[in-house]
Amino acid sequence: MDPALLLDPALLWKFCLAGLAVGSIYAIVAIGFNIIYNTTGIINFAQGEFVVLGAMTAISLAGHMPLAAAVALAVLATMLAGALIEIVFIRWLKDASVLRLVIITIGVSILMREGMLHAWDEKMHALPHFSGTETSSIAILGASCPPQYLWVFGTLAVIVAGLSLFFKLTVTGRAMRACAANRTAARLCGINAKAMVTLSFMLSAGIGALAGCVTSPITQTQYDMGAPLAIKGFTVAIVGGLGNSVAAVGAGLLVGVLESLSVMIGCSTYQDGVAVAILMAILVCKPSGLFGSAEAAALKEF
Amino acid sequence: MSNVERGIAALIAAVIVVGMVGCEPGAAPKAPKEGAAPIKIGAIFAVTGGAAFLGVPEKNTAQMLQEKINAAGGINGTPIEILIRDSAGDNEKAVSLAKQLIEEDKVVAIIGPTRSGPSMAIKGICEEAKTPNLSCAAAEAIVYDEKNDVVPRYVFKTPQKDSFVAQLIFKTMKDMGIAKIGVLAEAGGFGDGGKAQLAKYAPEYGIEIAASESFDPKQADLTPVVTKVQAAGVQAVVNWSIVPAQSQIPKIMKQMQFNVPIFHSHGFGNIKYVEGAGQAAEGIIFPCGRLLIAESLAGDHPQKAVLATYKKDYEAKFPGEEVSTFGGHAYDAIMILVEAIKKVGPDREKIRDAIETMRFVGTGGVFQFTARDHNGLGIDSLEVLTVKDGKFAQYVK
Repeated sequence: MDPALLLDPALLWKFCLAGLAVGSIYAIVAIGFNIIYNTTGIINFAQGEFVVLGAMTAISLAGHMPLAAAVALAVLATMLAGALIEIVFIRWLKDASVLRLVIITIGVSILMREGMLHAWDEKMHALPHFSGTETSSIAILGASCPPQYLWVFGTLAVIVAGLSLFFKLTVTGRAMRACAANRTAARLCGINAKAMVTLSFMLSAGIGALAGCVTSPITQTQYDMGAPLAIKGFTVAIVGGLGNSVAAVGAGLLVGVLESLSVMIGCSTYQDGVAVAILMAILVCKPSGLFGSAEAAALKEF
Repeated sequence: MSNVERGIAALIAAVIVVGMVGCEPGAAPKAPKEGAAPIKIGAIFAVTGGAAFLGVPEKNTAQMLQEKINAAGGINGTPIEILIRDSAGDNEKAVSLAKQLIEEDKVVAIIGPTRSGPSMAIKGICEEAKTPNLSCAAAEAIVYDEKNDVVPRYVFKTPQKDSFVAQLIFKTMKDMGIAKIGVLAEAGGFGDGGKAQLAKYAPEYGIEIAASESFDPKQADLTPVVTKVQAAGVQAVVNWSIVPAQSQIPKIMKQMQFNVPIFHSHGFGNIKYVEGAGQAAEGIIFPCGRLLIAESLAGDHPQKAVLATYKKDYEAKFPGEEVSTFGGHAYDAIMILVEAIKKVGPDREKIRDAIETMRFVGTGGVFQFTARDHNGLGIDSLEVLTVKDGKFAQYVK
């Protein structure tokens, strides 16, 4: 590419816009990781599968009802699946080690992936664009992009705002935070800690499903798309600082933009390498994450 | 190691595990049991995974042909059994499946793999085991090592060569007055092969490749790489890829208001890709075999009968599925092998010799194999097609 083009602000903005969109997707997945991490201390590696399950369900339902209803139902169904997974695989374990729990979630992710392969098929599916068609285009500060980008940004904003309000203002939200801070103390205060864990799985499944629906028109959806998404989301969660959802947004956008700019300068095939390089750098220099506190991290199990 | 570090180390280990077990195969279908010891033919298709759009029609075709051939009494009275294995489009998996088919199942030949990468990966195994291999993948490198000027002894392939596709794309561009283009190629055997052929023939047609980009089709959004090609100020784009990029890139281009003619490779030969791209597929130009326009061929065209029969059989057997060129490549590979076995019996060495001199009218064109040409198809096996009103049609200037 012509080096002079690197300094063209309009072109830079185009790359950044694409990066922000994909970064928002990563951020939503990372937020799903964080919610479960906060209440249970584990990383749920089936998070990517929630994204795919939500999108696939919505795609199947979209043929029979309006799009909004299909998405809402798909989110609800995925939340139920999340609850079911917690009840069947996690709830009855007593004092299980973190590693054991993590391995269980990996097992669940494989199970879900295979289940989806048989329930649907191996083909690529997609929801229709929420507004306009697949050829519609809008301009954001001069850069043309699909209107779906606005839906992605909007969804991310609504999720972050909704979660902050939920955790700050509602009794249930506060109870979940109490469980995250100290489960024994929370239980002594009369909080049903087990129910909070189930709720965290439902919330994070629902957010994953919503992410799947809103991104399906852009990325398309296939049964085995969960793992790569989960890895990116996990990277972003670590980069931002595990457990912090606002930080995940910052980290997600940062990783997305850096990936996009790396394509501008280098070669697209190294895009994944950029994300992993950032992850490694953060783990070495600031293991608590870009926006995390080292002191708080030291008190956690990991 | 602090607790934090230990935890993170465990997580990284977990990520690696998740990555490795990423795509698991669906169970391979079993062939029906036959009375006499059947002639065993191996087949490696990407029935699941990203290339399943290609692998499934191939698997369907193999099952359909096995039934049809056995119902007609097999080959000279002996039934055939096609052992279909799912590589999920993965190189390593294809290698272990090829070894298994050759060493344990003792197949007479291997059909497939579906994709160029796995085909290149098992090439050496088939050569070493002296087992004929009829690949269903596109890259020319499968049957011709250009650097050493060597044609493999046991490996053949049925899809049209990518060099012909590249030449036909350039010829069409020249007629349209296009001189400066961008290339978007999927990273991997198929995309790399196409990219190399395009780079090789561009000067001959006076075409400048101003931007040539490889991309990982698994990326969530390909907008950045398309932006890069757009910035190069090109008059047309060649998108040399399979699903999902094949449908995604035209959409992204329209959404970015990057409105230049789009050319695809012969890997576009499935109407599902057109459906996947919707409106954005209109006007895409690509060279392809004649299967997709079988109805509009003249009655005396040599391929008319075979194309019409295959299309009719396939669509009757798999209602709701439209015929694709990929199933056609498997049809050609299996029928060429069957012809050879019919002539010389189930002997690997003799089968190889028989194929090398065979003339065969297939779905991909009229094959004429020689010792120097293990593809056997000429440039006239391709037609330039386009998408019009959501359907494939012959391209007219």
